[in-house]
Amino acid sequence: MSNLETIADRSPAAEDDTVWTEHSSWIDRVPRAIQMLFVFVVFVLLWDTVTRFGFVSPIILPTPLETFNDLIFVGKNLVTGGYMLPALWITLKEVFYGFLLAIAIGFTLGVIVGETAFGERAIMPYLVAIDTMPKVAFAPLFVAWLGFDIDSKVALAAFIATFPIIVGTAAGLHAADTNSRNLFKTMGATRWQTLVKMKLPMALPQVFTGLKIGSVGVMAGAITGEFLGGGKGFGELIRTAASQLNTPRVFSLILYLSVIGLGLFAFVSWVQRRFVFWHKERVSAGGE
Amino acid sequence: MQAAAAMTDQATPVREPVYQLRNVGKTYARNAITALEGVSMTLTKGSFSSVIGSSGCGKSTLLKIMSGLIPPSTGRVVLQGRPVTGPRRDIGMMFQQAVLFPWRTTLENIVLPIEIRDGKAAAKAAEVQARELLELVGLKGFENTYPSELSGGMAQRASICRMLITQPAVLLLDEPFSALDELTRDFMNMELQRICTSRGATAFLVTHSIQEAVILSDVVYVMKPRPGRVAEVVPIDLPRPRTLDMMTTPKFGALVEHIRSALDKEAFK
Repeated sequence: MSNLETIADRSPAAEDDTVWTEHSSWIDRVPRAIQMLFVFVVFVLLWDTVTRFGFVSPIILPTPLETFNDLIFVGKNLVTGGYMLPALWITLKEVFYGFLLAIAIGFTLGVIVGETAFGERAIMPYLVAIDTMPKVAFAPLFVAWLGFDIDSKVALAAFIATFPIIVGTAAGLHAADTNSRNLFKTMGATRWQTLVKMKLPMALPQVFTGLKIGSVGVMAGAITGEFLGGGKGFGELIRTAASQLNTPRVFSLILYLSVIGLGLFAFVSWVQRRFVFWHKERVSAGGE
Repeated sequence: MQAAAAMTDQATPVREPVYQLRNVGKTYARNAITALEGVSMTLTKGSFSSVIGSSGCGKSTLLKIMSGLIPPSTGRVVLQGRPVTGPRRDIGMMFQQAVLFPWRTTLENIVLPIEIRDGKAAAKAAEVQARELLELVGLKGFENTYPSELSGGMAQRASICRMLITQPAVLLLDEPFSALDELTRDFMNMELQRICTSRGATAFLVTHSIQEAVILSDVVYVMKPRPGRVAEVVPIDLPRPRTLDMMTTPKFGALVEHIRSALDKEAFK
């Protein structure tokens, strides 16, 4: 003890000459919105440079201004109830029904596969096998079975979105730890009680991960279905615009679709925050 | 009634047996592995017993059998005169982790055993007792708090309440405070003693800590592995109520030393 004290006494370090602070980059102190805006501006400037000075043909890549003008045009058309609004409505319906169907089937199959030994042993291998298939290739089959109307697009959208929901649900059901299982056993809980009161709530974070991935897939499914199976949706508008080499239109339609996709994703995230309030997710809106 | 029972306990040295194990054994892998052999013990009403031993001595197997999670291969397991053939409401269990469910408030977590066994209406009715228990363990005011806002010690207090809500005849404690820091752990052990005394509870503790076993128990069962068996029964005749200060007394030290050497003999054989 006295040794330590003498050492401390001898050391000349006064309080104010040992002060040092952790250095953080100045970029970390800039608000996130500004950082994102910066990336956007750089991107648009690059894009503008490439198109303005003729590095790329305007047929292949429109200028940012052309695209922006077309965005306004399409926006006006949608808001004033022009011919694009019914197309948007059709695509929205496909996405909506497709997602509902995917949730119903995906959740049911996920519970069967995640909860029963039979499901895991006998059904899961087939699901994995189907999941590895290029699902888009099924589009002609859906058209043959369900026709050129929205049913075939709903089917393809649901088909693509179902698998992440199955996997999320099944994996989530395995998340319950030994202690929780033993606790439910010692309380004399039935299998149903264990499932409903413990395993399913515990599975919710992973179920929602599946739903988020599914919400992205359902968009892709609906548009692919329209590309390959005709109809009168937004995908058809894109196809028509592309065939007319109207690239600004293609770009603006894609941007509007991405707004819908983001909206769906945001909606799922919002529902998750409400129902899985107890699970602290470390990644914010950006997803997994 | 519990108070009356505690008083007669003090007056008469012979206590009523609550939990009896006779020659209990467990073999795994078609009798190839003997996890437990010839374990006999009697837990009397209001007593606190501990089992201590190195890993692999069969104490967790013993606890699983006593909680009705797995059947024994041989022997009799009798709680309150009835053989244990599965999980029972008169068995209370506490784990290393608090195992509170984060989507339920503290109160909802505590009445969960009632909800499972008797349904939602009974659980609602049991909230009165749950509030009393929360007061007993010093968690009054945390009824509607979610577990994520509770500290480790507070979470284990809540899990004590959940264990007590069904008014079990025996409390099985599986290293309940081993995940807590040492200071909290000592404190929680004293709390556990207080709670057990006030409820006249019969408790059975599995632990790795000799000090913990000695300071809490009336009897310490020293278990040894290969095959898992009770090697020695050490009565702890320290006066009650126990205090943390007793841990510095020579008598406490002697008991700890005795148990340590009993365990060491096996470890270095």
